[in-house]
Amino acid sequence: MAAFKETKLPANAPVAAKALGWVDDRFPLTKLWNDQWGQYYAPKNFNFWYIFGSLAMLVLVLQIVTGIFLTMHYKPDATLAFGSVEYIMREVPWGWLVRYMHSTGASAFFIIVYLHMTRGLLYGSYRKPRELIWLFGFAIFLALMAEAFFGYLLPWGQMSYWGAQVIVNLFGAIPFIGDTLSLWIRGDYVVSDATLNRFFAFHVIALPLVLLGLVVAHLIALHEVGSSNPDGIEVKEHLGADGHPLDSIPSHPYYSTHDIFGVSVFLVIFSAVVFFAPEMGGYFLEYNNFIPADSLKTPAHIAPTWYFTPFYSVLRATTADFMYVLMAAIAAYVVFIWLKSRLSFKTKAAIAVVALIMIVGMLPSVLDAKFWGVVLFGASVMIIAGLPWLDHSPVKSIRYRPHWHKYVLILFGVSFVTLGYLGTQLPTATFTMLAQLCTLLYFSFFLLMPWWSTMGTFKIVPTRVTFHPH
Amino acid sequence: MSNEKQVDPGRRGMLVATCAAGGVVGLATAGALVSTFQPSEKAKAAGAPVEVDIAGMQPGEMKTVEWRGKPVWILRRSPEMVESLKKTDALVADPASERAPDVLTPEYARKDNTRSIKPEYLVAVGICSHLGCSPSSKFAPGAQPNLPDDWAGGFLCPCHGSTFDLAGRVFKNKPAPDNLQVPRHMYLSDTRLVIGKDEKGEA
Repeated sequence: MAAFKETKLPANAPVAAKALGWVDDRFPLTKLWNDQWGQYYAPKNFNFWYIFGSLAMLVLVLQIVTGIFLTMHYKPDATLAFGSVEYIMREVPWGWLVRYMHSTGASAFFIIVYLHMTRGLLYGSYRKPRELIWLFGFAIFLALMAEAFFGYLLPWGQMSYWGAQVIVNLFGAIPFIGDTLSLWIRGDYVVSDATLNRFFAFHVIALPLVLLGLVVAHLIALHEVGSSNPDGIEVKEHLGADGHPLDSIPSHPYYSTHDIFGVSVFLVIFSAVVFFAPEMGGYFLEYNNFIPADSLKTPAHIAPTWYFTPFYSVLRATTADFMYVLMAAIAAYVVFIWLKSRLSFKTKAAIAVVALIMIVGMLPSVLDAKFWGVVLFGASVMIIAGLPWLDHSPVKSIRYRPHWHKYVLILFGVSFVTLGYLGTQLPTATFTMLAQLCTLLYFSFFLLMPWWSTMGTFKIVPTRVTFHPH
Repeated sequence: MSNEKQVDPGRRGMLVATCAAGGVVGLATAGALVSTFQPSEKAKAAGAPVEVDIAGMQPGEMKTVEWRGKPVWILRRSPEMVESLKKTDALVADPASERAPDVLTPEYARKDNTRSIKPEYLVAVGICSHLGCSPSSKFAPGAQPNLPDDWAGGFLCPCHGSTFDLAGRVFKNKPAPDNLQVPRHMYLSDTRLVIGKDEKGEA
């Protein structure tokens, strides 16, 4: 450690400069700003897909601020909760606006995060050396889902109540410990006041803390290795005389302006929803949630909020009949791995053993389809974390991949959206079949990625980014 | 001071012991915090048996009472409704209620396909064995939306489409693995029923 050294500024320097110097001697304020944004060099060829990171940050702040003001009026008590939300909506001055910003913000957050992840998928942003950025981001996605789930119970409407009942009971499907576990989560034999109180604690303090920590980790990891770009080129391989990458520009002022434009467009759309369609036709705020929770009566049609429905569809698609299809699919996958992969014999044998155990477990007399539904539901979320290791494509960006890779991505996107749509609808025989088909497509996309991502004729990746000044 | 490269075994031993002791305290505290999640004494005490007056119920009429926070149905079945159970015997997953009998079907409700003490009255917890939604009543037989064309009357769970017959038995190939629970219950008189308690004691 060097000895303390006071920054010497001329006597006639502005007071602000002196104050900053005084702070910088004691806390690395200017250094932090420069490292994280001011002098953070990012590739110059970002397109609109690159605004969702900063938008997610904006919505996070919006949710925290509106959330703080909501807790000043909300009562986490089963007898008072529903009434206190109505009180916020009708009697607290401008309370309706704060509440609608918070409820619309939740959906906006998921739209932004899904688009942010799509960007990663298109341009291979998760590839080496950015695996940890992806994992931190994935953990943020998990924390966000938990945050949304806990928050959805708080208005204590019918949908809040029965949604929580269904999700908590998912844990009941785990053999042996399931029932005790769901009892432990609820703190009562049914979803009750005890459940509401603890969900409130998770929603307002525990998960926001985790979320903020993860966002910091996500950004530190990003600023350590540097941003990728639509060409999937490592700009740090071509440095200029000043030591900065030739194809990069400092985030401030260039990406500050870029992002502020994105923020403006976002706020126009966001405000339009908040003021004109806060319920969004029952997708953002479900109609059944305007009825107080009734533990004796399930609404005729219950569905989770839209951002959970793709995964929820996977859960519903796992019926007793479908287990045979799954068993066949697992067997076929193992054969495929034995024939086509270059894994070691030990790994292959381990995979075969695990698969055999799974197939035996799927027999109707061993474990219920209900259990496997929960397993598939969990797997459909967790498998996203595996992308950096599943994608073996020699190039990162979709721009230089074989043309037909685009159709694979589109097919995946269509299955995901179809699953999402089906999750909002009542299950009919046809819809269940369709959901089962989409479930198979969804998992195939990931599980077969080590092969399909290497197939086809790849285009030559340029050494410098493609950029047309405008 | 001692040479930096050499480990002092006495100090290292103390360090390990201190860390271990600290770890035990930390784990014990975590255990206490985890335990606070269990149902409180108040929640456990709220599970007392419930008495129901069934006088004046019409055939086909259903009453819902709350027991341990859950809906318990008392359905007075008409002779046709009881008859329909013969038809559904072949269509349900567990016709003789053999799965988890101790929890789901008390012995006195296992003697025939009506799953009841008196065939006329079905007493069942109205919570689907899939993920805990409360099924809705679909007593009218015949074809209707989301139900098979040969529907004989029963219950439909709105959440994931599981169907149950009029004895609360789940139909085959539905998300719900088990029949609806028949709680332990007994008749105090012809018109009074108690739920959560039978000759053997409280449930």
